[in-house]
Amino acid sequence: MAWNLDCDRPIYLQLVERIQKQIVSGQYRPGSRLPSVRELAAIASVNPNTMQKAFTELERGGLIITQRTNGRIVTEDQNMIDNVRREMACKHTDEFFRRMEEIGYTRQESIERILKFSEREERGE
Amino acid sequence: MNELVEITNVSKSYDGRNNVLTDVSLKLPKGKIVGLLGPNGSGKTTLIKMMNGLLQPSGGSIHIAGCPVGVESKARVAYLPDRTYLSGNRTVSEIIEFFCDFYQDFSREKAAAMLSSLDIPYSQRLKSMSKGTKEKMQLVLVMSRNADLYILDEPIAGVDPAARDYILRTILSNYNPESTVLISTHLIGDIEKVLDEVVFLRRGQIVLYTSVDNVREQHGKSVDDYFREVFAC
Repeated sequence: MAWNLDCDRPIYLQLVERIQKQIVSGQYRPGSRLPSVRELAAIASVNPNTMQKAFTELERGGLIITQRTNGRIVTEDQNMIDNVRREMACKHTDEFFRRMEEIGYTRQESIERILKFSEREERGE
Repeated sequence: MNELVEITNVSKSYDGRNNVLTDVSLKLPKGKIVGLLGPNGSGKTTLIKMMNGLLQPSGGSIHIAGCPVGVESKARVAYLPDRTYLSGNRTVSEIIEFFCDFYQDFSREKAAAMLSSLDIPYSQRLKSMSKGTKEKMQLVLVMSRNADLYILDEPIAGVDPAARDYILRTILSNYNPESTVLISTHLIGDIEKVLDEVVFLRRGQIVLYTSVDNVREQHGKSVDDYFREVFAC
């Protein structure tokens, strides 16, 4: 199944985010081997050079490591994975507040909204 | 010699008065998938035909892997024309034999693998195939060669979206990092994510040659949307 990509942002960035997500969510475990560039490009149905660029970007950040004999593996540095996870959470939170602002909610009102929502969920309503 | 294709100051006129292409220069490196994009009548097919020696430029020169277009370059270029030249009476196995005789770099194994994944039997005649199957069959023939340059003129124009996906996957999985694929199309949205670079052709001139992600970074929109803006009527 080809990956769904937004049309207004660079493709390689979206590939980076997608693979980051797969790593922080544990779909690719720390220390596990990643598919090759070609395999993953075929799965995503994207250009292999673009996938290579995404891998290079992830390597630069340290989240994946190239081993000469073993291909590419996910870092075993749990701190690093946690950091990336936190960064992604921050982005989602920003995005949430931005969207709420668009429909006229202040930060405080947005927070109250979330609290009310989770209280209701807990009561099973 | 890093450039696979070198097109230098090429012009083409069919009637000696109006130029279809005007002073086109373009260098394509190895290992890229490049989209040749332009509206109808912008000169895409004319440029491609000259790269394959089917038309002669009125001025300028074209070199492929260092050789001028000719017998040598044709042995290294796999070309999918915009219309078929195969006889409808031929069966798949006859056509495969024909290609094996004709092209040293034709791989029977590759062809067999693709034909079986498409469920095209060797005994079927070309004329009994649907339009989409015919197009896939011809792509199989082209992609079964181990060429340096694949030139595909409108490979996805006449087929349904599922077949388009198959064709794009076939291009991706058969392409090797040493060769370059040039794809002409006006259906950009479907093909954009498999391209490295795009060439925009307008009224016979190159107006843009850049990477897909550059367009997205600079303009915050897809190549498809950008194309619609640039070529808005």
